[in-house]
Amino acid sequence: MSDQSSGNAQDSDAALVRKIAEKYVSQLGPLLPILHAIQDQFGFIPTSAVPVIAEVLNLSRAEIHGVITFYHFFRETAPGKQTLYLCRAEACQAMGARKLERHAKEKLGVDYHETTSDGRFSLEPVYCLGNCACSPALMIDDFVYGRVTPERFDSLVDEV
Amino acid sequence: MAEDRVKVFVPRETAARSLGSEDVALAIEQVALERGESVALVRNGSRGLFWLEPLVEVEIDGVRHAFGPISADEVNSLFEAGFLDGGNHPKGLGPTEELPYLAEQNRLTFARAGITDPLSLDSYRVHGGYEGLEKAVKLDCEAIVDIVTESGLRGRGGAAFPTGIKWRTVLTADGEQKYVTCNADEGDSGTFADRLVMESDPFVLIEGMTIAGIAVGATEGYIYLRTEYPLAIEIMNQAIKLAESAGYLGVDVMGSGKTFCLEVREAAGAYICGEETSMLESLEGKRGVIRYRPPLPAIKGFFGAPTIVNNVITLSSVPIILARGAQYYKDYGSGRSRGTLTAQLAGNVKRGGLVEIGFGKTLREIVEGFGGGTATGRPIRAIQAGGPLGAYVHPSQFDTPLDYEAFAELGAMIGHGGLVVFDDTVDMGEQARFAMEFCSIESCGKCTPCRIGSIRGVEVIDRILSGVDESANLVLLRELCDTMVAGSLCALGGMAPFPVLSVMDHFPEDLQAR
Repeated sequence: MSDQSSGNAQDSDAALVRKIAEKYVSQLGPLLPILHAIQDQFGFIPTSAVPVIAEVLNLSRAEIHGVITFYHFFRETAPGKQTLYLCRAEACQAMGARKLERHAKEKLGVDYHETTSDGRFSLEPVYCLGNCACSPALMIDDFVYGRVTPERFDSLVDEV
Repeated sequence: MAEDRVKVFVPRETAARSLGSEDVALAIEQVALERGESVALVRNGSRGLFWLEPLVEVEIDGVRHAFGPISADEVNSLFEAGFLDGGNHPKGLGPTEELPYLAEQNRLTFARAGITDPLSLDSYRVHGGYEGLEKAVKLDCEAIVDIVTESGLRGRGGAAFPTGIKWRTVLTADGEQKYVTCNADEGDSGTFADRLVMESDPFVLIEGMTIAGIAVGATEGYIYLRTEYPLAIEIMNQAIKLAESAGYLGVDVMGSGKTFCLEVREAAGAYICGEETSMLESLEGKRGVIRYRPPLPAIKGFFGAPTIVNNVITLSSVPIILARGAQYYKDYGSGRSRGTLTAQLAGNVKRGGLVEIGFGKTLREIVEGFGGGTATGRPIRAIQAGGPLGAYVHPSQFDTPLDYEAFAELGAMIGHGGLVVFDDTVDMGEQARFAMEFCSIESCGKCTPCRIGSIRGVEVIDRILSGVDESANLVLLRELCDTMVAGSLCALGGMAPFPVLSVMDHFPEDLQAR
């Protein structure tokens, strides 16, 4: 029973992936827009999406896999409910990003590219959010916060 | 009557929002409602005076008065003080335009930033928008390229290549289809000028790209915009739609019969895609692996067609050059660096923000004069200029004028104009190590000096810092840097050693066993 329902879910996912890929296929260089749209839809790029995209674009699966793995932003596993993008570039370093980074990892109990065991947060490093005059910077999903002290980090994480 | 309502401006821009401007805007609406005050809230971009954000402005008799930084808790007190009628408040700063930080700048590219509503074409036109394109559509291609060449404009992304020469190459290259691409993958730490212009004045970039398209006979343009800038993506997409419906983009640009269509393409978090050939690969839907040059993108770029690749600030500087003439722009600047530099004060700085000013001021004048020294109040130990591949500039070099050639003589670079300030608590050994680590994370992997050299660089620095064969490893580190500089295919591996070498040369006391 459960096998069949997960099979159905896979079929409908595959149909959705195909629909997304076909929407962009007539554009010049459609692969990145397709991958973005799939990640927006699922939160990540499921392994099962690769052969479908490959077929629609008439590329090899290896080529699709190569593109997905080249870019830091694309992920192949499900993220936590929210993703914390912590800036670790120089302007933030100048304002205590190294300390904040240690604090964040300790508070969440995870390293970069990991998700907390309760599935609430994924922690990702990022190299510049363009908020360098208000460092250190942190982006939660798609909202950027500035002058993030360890205390402010705690209250932001506890809030969401 | 809408005219009776007092205009209040609260920025909708990433830096202002990161410090609470959304809450401030909400509070202003709520308190105004409670008090029965008639307020027209405008969500402008930011003027780039980030240490004053959230900066609230009130327009009284046509003059904008500034209050900042304002938190949501202080909004009630603003109303109590009668800020809508010119009442005094402890956070009152007087007329915005008279703030010395702003008054002493030469705002050409950023003429409208923070002043207009970013998504109002009317507001854009009232402040001089589309005057450049209006002139351009009446000129032939050669004449437009001549004006841009004559202005002395050079690539603001960092390489400082003369824009007019690049455009002429695309104009004269053979090809039925040509493209204009905008590199908005602003990945250098310490830089936010591209983001600021896209969020505060998106039409200026659209206008600049349209002029570029008409100048070289390109009918399609792409903005490769970093995924780390969600608000800029949203605003640029909305602005493009508005420009299309008003006839500024599409098949008949401003009634000229010329076609130019524009599209935003979202990047995916790879620093290397700020390198132009890597960006083109990415736009084509491939891994962002750099290409050998030649051929130049101007000859064979996007899908092999002649392609302009310019930075956001370069393209956004074009409209004013067309509107006011080459000479007007050229009159700013010094030596071979003409026009304005958009310096970005970042990191540990008291008054961080955007400073657009003619080339030629010294680093000290910008960082101490505008920036006011460090945020922590401690002495400045170093300034990293030009992003993660830029040298750490020592205080003994702070009187160097900010122009491309003067910085090159130091072995440093202005790059995209980011100035990251560090106080005396910085560990320069850690900074040198990070330069190599960053290169190893972001290398595209095509060439060995960059891919392997950066990893060896981290290891060698670790050995030095832990006291293993210190003097031999220092020699090895310099040799490794030389190999990377001379042997890498692009600027990532070729310049990542610059911050390391600057630490070896100017801060050797931090690069030893501890």
